[in-house]
Amino acid sequence: MPAPLIWKALPRAMPKITFIQPDGSQQAVDSDVGITLMEAAKIHDVPGIDAECGGACACATCHVYVDEPWQDKTGTPNPMEEDMLDFAFDVRDSSRLSCQIKLTPELDGLVVHVPAKQF
Amino acid sequence: MSSEASPAAAAPIETDAVIIGAGPVGLFAVFELGLVDIKAHIIDILDKPGGQCAELYPEKPIYDIPALPTVTGQELTDRLLEQIKPFGAELHLNERVDALKRLPDGRFSLITDAGTEFITKVVVIAAGGGSFTPKRPPLPGIENFEGHSVFYSVRRIEAMRDKNVLIVGGGDSALDWTLALQPVAKSVTLLHRRDDFRAAPHSVEKMRQLVETGDVRLMIGQVSSIEGEGNQLKAATVKSKEGEERIDVDAMLPFFGLTMKLGPVADWGLHLTENLIPVDTEKFETSEQGIFAVGDINTYPGKLKLILSGFHEVALMAQQAHKYVHPEKKLLFQYTTSSSNLQKKLGVS
Repeated sequence: MPAPLIWKALPRAMPKITFIQPDGSQQAVDSDVGITLMEAAKIHDVPGIDAECGGACACATCHVYVDEPWQDKTGTPNPMEEDMLDFAFDVRDSSRLSCQIKLTPELDGLVVHVPAKQF
Repeated sequence: MSSEASPAAAAPIETDAVIIGAGPVGLFAVFELGLVDIKAHIIDILDKPGGQCAELYPEKPIYDIPALPTVTGQELTDRLLEQIKPFGAELHLNERVDALKRLPDGRFSLITDAGTEFITKVVVIAAGGGSFTPKRPPLPGIENFEGHSVFYSVRRIEAMRDKNVLIVGGGDSALDWTLALQPVAKSVTLLHRRDDFRAAPHSVEKMRQLVETGDVRLMIGQVSSIEGEGNQLKAATVKSKEGEERIDVDAMLPFFGLTMKLGPVADWGLHLTENLIPVDTEKFETSEQGIFAVGDINTYPGKLKLILSGFHEVALMAQQAHKYVHPEKKLLFQYTTSSSNLQKKLGVS
């Protein structure tokens, strides 16, 4: 007898990303795969992601906090990003620069928090 | 930052043009103005020419400069400096233009934070993303202490004598000042978010020795709040993995790098659109006759923030500037390849 068919959500081609503002308001956006989280935020005009340097990992103004359950999937900062995080304010264990997170189908459902200030 | 600079009593510098910003576009403006006999001075807030090219990406290649398939930000700056050399424009570094106003005779007066005054016939704003300024930690009330007990640079070491100094950051500035102030301050606390420093290894090594001997306190954490009276800082609360600790602080030096802020340009009475200066695409002139805006700081229909766009803009700007600086002369369009007149100015004939 064939195994019962279990419905399983397949990774979507357009990962949905939820940005949560410091005031608790949420904005869910459908993003393309292959761009960075910072670019997805800019395309959808998410407030609080400044990205002054345009994605060169040279300014730390696209700082986000990755929601706890997603931290394994987004990984940890590389040494260059870790250095740049020195220029961010209120850095936590969940801190990342959104220009260094490339969006993949596996990140469908990703939740990140926008800090109160980007400096 | 500039509060300790005393205004110079020197006579104003009189010139044809003042260029604000020594990025690639500001530098090339010297060339185009020079070809039409306009003498220029350049002012920049950084300690070196090149603007973002030199500050943000000196080592990163740029691929869209015509005829240079690849060039780094620093190389581009160096080549431009070589190209404008014949025109002998004076470069005023580490200065920010604070005030710009029109004089009764139609010329402009510009005053920098170092107290230098320029009297000029035209002004070329080539300020890119604005002036590079130290990042201000978003701690409530910090602005009340700035210049009195919170400093982003130290002009006189003596001012720190017998003070409890808190230095925040992990790069060269933070480490250099930790080492420089330790002998004069009452106490020096270095606070960084992680026990890993970007500064030169030998300064880190020296700092660690001072920590070992108890001459410097190293804290791993972040400032969560500050308090004081009037403009005098009294204490800072440091949050770390171990919890919160309140420490006595007479002076705090935060080093979180630089950011670009439009700065005083906003106060010069120019028409602005979302922090950009609208210009026409014939002369690249602002809402004020005789004040031009070129490069990333301007906006017009179809604007692209490219270095090559800025190069085009300064060529056209110079044509109009010539009308203001040399109203009696008719400008004859010439090529550098064939004009002996232009070649003389370039020092090649």
